[in-house]
Amino acid sequence: MQEIPMTSKKQPQHPLDDLIRTDRIPHIWCPGCGIGTVFSACLAALKASGINLQKTVMVSGIGCSGRAAGYVKLDSFHTTHGRAIPFATGLKLANPELNLVVFSGDGDLFAIGGNHFIHAARRNMDMTVICVNNLNYGMTGGQVAATTPYMAKSTTTPAGNPELPFNLPLMAYACGATYVARWTMLHIRDLTDSITEALCKKGFSFIEALSPCPVNYGRRNKQKPLDMLKLYQEKAIIKNHADPSTLDIDFEKGIILGKFIDLDRPTFIEHYDKIYRPSRLQENVPELNS
Amino acid sequence: MEFWRVPLDADTIQVSLGIVHILEDRCKGCGYCIEYCPKQALEFSTKFNQKGYHPPVVIKPDECVNCHYCEIICPEFAIFSVECPQTTKPGQAETNHAI
Repeated sequence: MQEIPMTSKKQPQHPLDDLIRTDRIPHIWCPGCGIGTVFSACLAALKASGINLQKTVMVSGIGCSGRAAGYVKLDSFHTTHGRAIPFATGLKLANPELNLVVFSGDGDLFAIGGNHFIHAARRNMDMTVICVNNLNYGMTGGQVAATTPYMAKSTTTPAGNPELPFNLPLMAYACGATYVARWTMLHIRDLTDSITEALCKKGFSFIEALSPCPVNYGRRNKQKPLDMLKLYQEKAIIKNHADPSTLDIDFEKGIILGKFIDLDRPTFIEHYDKIYRPSRLQENVPELNS
Repeated sequence: MEFWRVPLDADTIQVSLGIVHILEDRCKGCGYCIEYCPKQALEFSTKFNQKGYHPPVVIKPDECVNCHYCEIICPEFAIFSVECPQTTKPGQAETNHAI
């Protein structure tokens, strides 16, 4: 076997090491957890998009994926539970130059923070929301969440979940998001491209990334981490511009992935400037001035 | 690589060669890189890292085509590949055209 010239002198640098706080790595996410992959896709997209990273802020709420704000070497906020989007809204209004990335989990964004998501999408706040959907409340021990599929087992529903889950892309679309996509942590290149596109797009962008939770969701549903990835591979149906009302997560009939919505709508700041800060408008948004 | 039908321009395509770097102490042994390497170039190592996991080890260094899939699927920032300076594979046409 050919010897690989690597561990010789200096520890080699991972290509994303300049965007992570390496002193905090290895991170707390469990072996097989997909958040790390989605996080690295997000960092790769931040790099690829070419936006000014000095003016980029990552905001996250509470939960496993909320830790991402602590690992990224950019300005970042780890906010109170469910309040990642309001914090990001405040940041954007105070300093409209900033690029906002909200990186959080399904429980944080859609259960406790559900209302904030709805209203930020309605106002079309200029931010990119990445939701890591692991189908349960992973950090607190695997309780049933608003996204747990029907009949899936969890700590609080040992015989199967009697509730129907949210259809997140439909919800985002119905509330007024201008960019909606869904990928899994296995479709990393598509996910990275989608995040890049969303970062460069103005308006409220929402990307759902399905990710396995081997310790809390997988264990109770007899799915090893690799089984979950195989399931994503088998059941994924890539269908761009699919009708959002058909996008329920049902592993029996297959999960539809793709970019669903890509619209252009004036953002909240543009409307606000037009009415309340016309002096700013002259420099920034000439098309609304007419 | 085996093809069902050899592409007409197969001899002009330059297959890149990669070198895989593994930051062993970051690995948590999830095995995603091993499972999804398109060339099956990785395997669990028999030794343990600092945290007690088995990191991957490169078993077929010549097979790596620098696709970066291990790098992007790794949740731990523990593996990456770089392009090997020697860019042609032995046995391939020496008259590689610029693509």
